[in-house]
Amino acid sequence: MALLFSKMWRTGLVTEDLPSGGDEGLHLARVVEERTRRLLGRSLAIREVDAGSCNGCELEISGLNGPVYDCERFGVRFVASPRHADMLLVTGPVTRNMELPLRKTWEATPDPKLVVAVGECARTCGVFAGSYAVVGGVDRVIPVDLFVPGCPPEPLDILRGILKALDRLPRR
Amino acid sequence: MIPWLLEGLQCLLTLLLAPGLIGFVRLLKARLQGRRGAPLVQPYRDLAKLLDKERVVSTQASWIFHAAPFVVFASTLVASLLIPLVAAPLPFDRVGDLIVVVYLLLLGSFFLALAGLDTASPFGGMGASREMTIAALAEPTIALAIFGMGAGAGSTNLGEIVARTLAHPGSTLGSGHLMAFAALFIVMLAECGRLPVDNPATHLELTMIHEAMILEYSGPYLALVEWAAQMKFFLFLALLSNLVCPWGVAVALRPGTLGLAVAALVLKLAVLAAGIAVLETRLAKLRLFRVPELLGVSFLLALLAITSSFLVR
Amino acid sequence: MPPSFEVIGFLGIMAVSYIAAAAAALLFEDDRARRVTGLLSAAGALSGMGAAALGLAAGGSSVLELPSALPEAALEFSLDALSAAYLLLIGLVGVPAAIYSLGYGPERAVGAVDGALGRHSTGWRPARAIVPLFLLAMSLVVLANSVFTFLLFWEVMSLASYFLVIGRGDSPENLSAGRWYAGMAHAGFAAIAAALWLAAAGTEAGRFEEIRQAAGMLAPAARHAVFLLALLGFGSKAGVLPLHAWLPRAHPAAPSHVSALMSGVMLKIGMYGLLRVGLDLLGGGPPWWGGLVLALGVVSALGGILSALVENDLKRLLAYSSVENIGIIFIAVGIGLVFQSYGMAGLASMALAAALYHAINHAAFKGLLFLGSGAVLQATGTRNMEEMGGLIKRMPQTALCFLVGSTAIAALPPLNGFASEWMIFQSLLAGAAIPYPLMAAMMAIAAGTLALTGGLAAVCFVKAFGIPFLAMPRTAAAEEAREVPRTMRLGMGLLASACVLLGVLPFAAAPILSRAFFGMPGLSDTPAAFRLGLVMEAGAGASAISPTALALCLLAAGGAIPLAFRLAGSSRALRRAETWGCGRAVQSPRMEYTSTAFAEPLRRVFADLYRPAKTLDIEFHPESKYFVRSIQYQSRIRAWFEDAVYRPLFGLARPLAGTGRLIQSGSLHLYIAYIVAALLALLLLARWM
Ligand code: SF4
Repeated sequence: MALLFSKMWRTGLVTEDLPSGGDEGLHLARVVEERTRRLLGRSLAIREVDAGSCNGCELEISGLNGPVYDCERFGVRFVASPRHADMLLVTGPVTRNMELPLRKTWEATPDPKLVVAVGECARTCGVFAGSYAVVGGVDRVIPVDLFVPGCPPEPLDILRGILKALDRLPRR
Repeated sequence: MIPWLLEGLQCLLTLLLAPGLIGFVRLLKARLQGRRGAPLVQPYRDLAKLLDKERVVSTQASWIFHAAPFVVFASTLVASLLIPLVAAPLPFDRVGDLIVVVYLLLLGSFFLALAGLDTASPFGGMGASREMTIAALAEPTIALAIFGMGAGAGSTNLGEIVARTLAHPGSTLGSGHLMAFAALFIVMLAECGRLPVDNPATHLELTMIHEAMILEYSGPYLALVEWAAQMKFFLFLALLSNLVCPWGVAVALRPGTLGLAVAALVLKLAVLAAGIAVLETRLAKLRLFRVPELLGVSFLLALLAITSSFLVR
Repeated sequence: MPPSFEVIGFLGIMAVSYIAAAAAALLFEDDRARRVTGLLSAAGALSGMGAAALGLAAGGSSVLELPSALPEAALEFSLDALSAAYLLLIGLVGVPAAIYSLGYGPERAVGAVDGALGRHSTGWRPARAIVPLFLLAMSLVVLANSVFTFLLFWEVMSLASYFLVIGRGDSPENLSAGRWYAGMAHAGFAAIAAALWLAAAGTEAGRFEEIRQAAGMLAPAARHAVFLLALLGFGSKAGVLPLHAWLPRAHPAAPSHVSALMSGVMLKIGMYGLLRVGLDLLGGGPPWWGGLVLALGVVSALGGILSALVENDLKRLLAYSSVENIGIIFIAVGIGLVFQSYGMAGLASMALAAALYHAINHAAFKGLLFLGSGAVLQATGTRNMEEMGGLIKRMPQTALCFLVGSTAIAALPPLNGFASEWMIFQSLLAGAAIPYPLMAAMMAIAAGTLALTGGLAAVCFVKAFGIPFLAMPRTAAAEEAREVPRTMRLGMGLLASACVLLGVLPFAAAPILSRAFFGMPGLSDTPAAFRLGLVMEAGAGASAISPTALALCLLAAGGAIPLAFRLAGSSRALRRAETWGCGRAVQSPRMEYTSTAFAEPLRRVFADLYRPAKTLDIEFHPESKYFVRSIQYQSRIRAWFEDAVYRPLFGLARPLAGTGRLIQSGSLHLYIAYIVAALLALLLLARWM
């Protein structure tokens, strides 16, 4: 136990600053309402929905919770139930089997709510395009507010995407 | 007049400080994990946001689902009137004693468990069953701790206990009291859903206890339930610190002593909260069916505390 | 003291009403019989309460003797404070149960033609006639003032309830319940008779005053024997562990308003007997008497609630929970006896008042819950909770009443269960002052058990209310359930308001509690030991609570919160959506948590006590064992404890019964010969003496 805590002490904080800029690639699909941005700007609960991804995106998303990217410092946290959520973070092309669950999740989330689609697949189906098993991009099923490109996108990009949807990116 | 204002002050303190206390524990834990963490005010922001959101209610829900958040919140709020946070004894001291406090909190759990069942969600039922099980198993420890302290002070009214401990610290405080503290501490971890009993930050429905029960709540209802849970945590910590270390609680009513009392309360809570943060960093969650063993240990501690006090007398 | 004119009048009206009610049931046709019988029974119970109120107000006891041919067999009654308290208790459940019975019957059952309702059919005329006789017998037991009177009506009470349990006698379940009940009731009767005769050995006519005076002269061994026999007999009627085996069988088998009377009232008559004999007639005894009662109480409380937890039959669950509550009452009685034997008069009065308070409260909420379960049974045709669900939307008023009862029985403030358990806990706490560490430690352990029982009761009643009433209906019968007739709801409503009033206004019960033990040996007559005012106090300067203020605070807080939210401008938007289930396609009742699942964690925690037996059958595909055709899982909880206690007894009794059968030939001539022989023997005996 002493070892554990002394190591914690020596390591200190490892959270990296979020560099400003770099949001050129992010594709804002809809303009988010002012009221929603104000309301969710300081406190955002996210429910992650895997609509059929290869899990590459999930791997990157889980980085957000770690000490390096630490999304909690922006008031962003992941929750278990869409009833508690303000934002759906959707990954992957929407498969036929996930179409209904995705829509149900969206319906279960109280207004005002945002949808951020993460990864190439979420927009264009990426490498899965044309497969018999997929329905299409996320915006074929539910309205998307912002796309984060990349296959998979980096955690920093995802974080930037979330914050950009809220208009909270650090200014240049 | 002034005593009634004091009651109001206690209520207000509980309402206002409770989210901050949780924020403090979360911040400390983040720092121990090497993260920067959310600012202290984050829980307040969360609550404010929830108040402005829509409520989504299951089509299966009956009025129980709508009533439960209010019952939980009201019972916790009333409990805050009965616990000497800054002054003792208060005018409401004879309205309820420690037993009332415990059963008021149980009343909240009872209705929340019913609400968990109400929506026909399997998670809700699971959470309700687990939460009630743990609440029930914690009950004997609480009773023995009350028994021990009540036998020492001659009353189970909290104001009396605090006042008598302040007046005769030598005769009331002893090894028995310390063991009762340890037992109550374990109970607090269980009742407030802290590690190693329940993980307040889990996302996995099957490992949840408290969280599973409130999975269906949203918007202002969720705000009420969460706020009530924070107040419960706050009250438990305040109870623990003021029963064992009542110094600072104002017995005479002067502005100076009152300011001191608030400062002392904040300090004591901070120390306890820091202890919990360190503990939670160190501990992993127990398997659900190991929790009864933990509560068994707390029961034995409490029993030991009492029998020792009988034998030395 | 001769009784006042009013008391005689009320008692007379009571007896006449009950008898008229019984007659009406036999004379009239179906629908009218139900109405007349129900109303007359209610009138009888009400006038019993009137007599009791007068008796309490007058203080002291009034004695009433009915003329009789034989001096030894005179019927003698007296109305003292203790009888009055129990008469009130009978009325408390009797009136609502009678009103409830106006609407309760198989004719109105929805979808249940041949269900449990059909069997114990209240439409069967003799059964309806027996209910008022049962009430009358219970009233006369608590009024009895001589050994003969007491035993006579005790037996009538047992027999009446026996017939109500077996009903028409065409269901094996009811018959088996009846056999258990008859066997244990008669074993208990034998013990009680032995105890009373032993106590009355030196007296002339077996009047209670005579016994009271002679008790001082009784040899210690005889006193102990009387007490132990009484404990055995009354304990088996009250249903304490391990003498409870009949209770969970018999109570559910009877029609629900009779179950309410049996659980709510008849068990308390057992408690009354114990108090009357142990405390009043014998005048208390050494500390171990109380200790024994206390220990029995602890075991019953825990055993009862643990059995109730894993039960899926709503009425059996309630019956087991009665075992628990009787345990709690015995804990309080035990402490009272202990205090009394140490000469702590004030504390003894407090503990006994707490016991009586809990007895009254239990009558109110258990009566209510049984009536509620009857309503559910009538609406759905089943007692199995796994086949209910969603009833709150179909029977909202029944649900509300049941919720009040569940909250009260879980000892949650500000309802009545909490008030009396608080007093019991305070009595235990006062027991810490007993100068013997062992006894004091026993009090601590009892306090821990009491709390565990309270916690488990909360779990149990979340289940008992939540599974039948909330979520989605699990069967078509539950889906089609309808609210029950108005009279039934009125009966439940009366008891629900009693639960609230007794809890919120404890001073309403104060006159009963502080006077019930007036004049008993070793108790203090001054009410200083505890106070039930706006503030309930456990002794001067000791703990105090005020349920009234608490209820007001809760109401105020509950009302202020929505107001504050509106002022703060919080969102009021509300949308209905499907229950969240991780996006699965349809919601069906099969996904709900079941009653078994709800109790599963505790079943595992207490696996050593339950000893569940499970069987798992997996049928594999013939090609590969990685493919499963079917899985069957079965888990049962056997009452191993009852097996362990009763099996050997049965083993003993069977050969004896076989011998007894030799003289049972079924031939009328032989029986007449027996009667003649017995008469002759008696005459010879009389001559010789
Ligand atoms: S975008 Fe790339 S990493 Fe993400 S789900 Fe698609 S293929 Fe996997």
